[in-house]
Amino acid sequence: MNLQDLMQGAEVWRGNGFLPPAGGATASGFAALDALLPGGGWPAAALTEILLPRAGIGELSLMMPALAALSRGDRWLAFVAPPYIPYAPALAAAGVDLSRVLMIHPRSRGDALWALEQTLRAGTCGAVLAWPALADTTVLRRLQRAAEVGECLGVVFRSALHAVAASPAALRLKLVPEEAGLGVEILKRRGGWPAGPVRLEMDRAVAVSAPAGSGARRLHARRP
Amino acid sequence: MALNAAQACVAMLRVTAHDAQAEREALARLAAWAGQYTPVVSLAPPQALLLEVAGSRRLFGGDSNLREQVRQGLAELGFTARSALAPTPLAALWLARAGGEARVTRTAQLAAALAPLPLAALEPDARQGALLAAMGLGRLGDCLRLPRAGLAQRLGPEWVLALDRALGRLPDPRPAYTPPLAFTTELNLPAPVTDSSVLLFGLHRLVIELGGFLRARQAAVQALSVTLAHRRPVPPTALRLTLVAPTRDVAHLTGLLRERLERLALPAPVEALALDAETLCLLPDANLALFAAAHAPPAAAAEWLERLQARLGREAVHGLKRVADHRPEYAWAHRPPVPGAPGGIAIDTVRRPLWLLPAPLALAERDGRPVWDGALTLEPGRERIEAGWWDDRDIARDYFVATTATGTRLWVYRELTGARGWFLHGLFA
Repeated sequence: MNLQDLMQGAEVWRGNGFLPPAGGATASGFAALDALLPGGGWPAAALTEILLPRAGIGELSLMMPALAALSRGDRWLAFVAPPYIPYAPALAAAGVDLSRVLMIHPRSRGDALWALEQTLRAGTCGAVLAWPALADTTVLRRLQRAAEVGECLGVVFRSALHAVAASPAALRLKLVPEEAGLGVEILKRRGGWPAGPVRLEMDRAVAVSAPAGSGARRLHARRP
Repeated sequence: MALNAAQACVAMLRVTAHDAQAEREALARLAAWAGQYTPVVSLAPPQALLLEVAGSRRLFGGDSNLREQVRQGLAELGFTARSALAPTPLAALWLARAGGEARVTRTAQLAAALAPLPLAALEPDARQGALLAAMGLGRLGDCLRLPRAGLAQRLGPEWVLALDRALGRLPDPRPAYTPPLAFTTELNLPAPVTDSSVLLFGLHRLVIELGGFLRARQAAVQALSVTLAHRRPVPPTALRLTLVAPTRDVAHLTGLLRERLERLALPAPVEALALDAETLCLLPDANLALFAAAHAPPAAAAEWLERLQARLGREAVHGLKRVADHRPEYAWAHRPPVPGAPGGIAIDTVRRPLWLLPAPLALAERDGRPVWDGALTLEPGRERIEAGWWDDRDIARDYFVATTATGTRLWVYRELTGARGWFLHGLFA
């Protein structure tokens, strides 16, 4: 028996051979990240956990290309209990179809987890972004199962303090803010070892008006 | 037997007055409910329903499955029934009265099946009963053996004609029951109730009746109203349920009613429930796809939204739209979660932050620069927005993009009037 026969036989599992995720994957829009994700993108029927030190470091921009693509389908995009207001003009500028966006504001933690599970399981959403206040392993396992049943990209944003704990999510990323970009470290992915950190360039703000001295000036409504 | 004699025999005897009107109404409602099993339902008052099931046997998977479903459905509504299957309505009626769950499939077998029935199942009047006893006739088989002319002469021609109709020798057309166009039903509770789970059990029965009625009429309901009656002088509590899409799914309606009931504060114990289907519309059954559909059908989206709104409140679930306004906090608005509505037009084409704070956050100032988690570095270029003088919510601000020490990009502004303070309005996430 030589090495070729061993490799071709079913007894040997190669450590870097990804199985594409069941349900497919949605490309994230960032080539450096897609190269590391199984299936080449966000897993379309599972839970993704994104760990952040705090909100507002670039996590939404990371999701925007995938959300824009999913909003062109015939299913909803749901935001469950967002920490701030997702700004409609900015979402539209990023290419998201606003007629498919849904905001859900639960009042209590029990209502929030119920709404999240119902939304993941219903099969009516292409993507669900959630900011649960407290979610332990049991809850995450239920959400993972619900995302599989509903064939929906479920994304849960949690504090980076939970990075050390184990989690049943199919994909775990940790984000770190960097100069003019975002550092992404993959803590867990199906069929592979942890990878990263990868630095993604994000063009999150452009100069909002011409520098002083140029001729063009924009006129806004002025007081009479 | 007199009432006091019965009470002497059995100590704990519950006595209820016979309400013929209520029984007639209940029979009519059951006939409407039974319309989901067959299009031809006849009433045989006071206690029987005749269902013509020749066309339904195959759809429901055979005689025994059909009878089992009917029996279970009646049990859910709180009734017990004896049933029988026969080729003629009169034979089925007599066999059901006699008990024994008979099943006769061919006309030729009818005579043999009817023979052992006691003549009491035919409900003879007093004179006929006395005559039959005097003649020594106890079973139907005895009657069938006697010559027809003699029977007709003694018991009346009607008797012989009934036997002929039962055996299939003469036709026996029965008028079909047509359910009314509107649906109203009510349930009197045996004792005043405050527990919402008991109320839900009663409402579930009413919803099952509604489901059967809707199925029979190929209709669906879009608005329901439930009235909870209390003892006078407390006025009845009304509960109105409006649906995004018409439905006749009993489980879905019961779920929505459960959510509403749990959040309802009752002023007094409830004595009676009434259900009124307000808006009915035609909804034929959907065709199933030959291959499994890729995703959930559109009706599932409406049900899911209704479930969320029933539990979290109508205003907790909404969509987004853009508004043509230069003021950033008014450039967006809520929208009802209906797909396909336009998203509005944009009037500012510069990049805006993805996160907007619900209310601008005042920032401390150090050395003339705003401070938030460390000193902020302002990027060159600013956007001046002065707008809103027409509705007394005018703003005059200079917007900047600022970067924190850790690299987070913020959208801050400085007031141009008043205290000229710095505020944080959004995060470029």
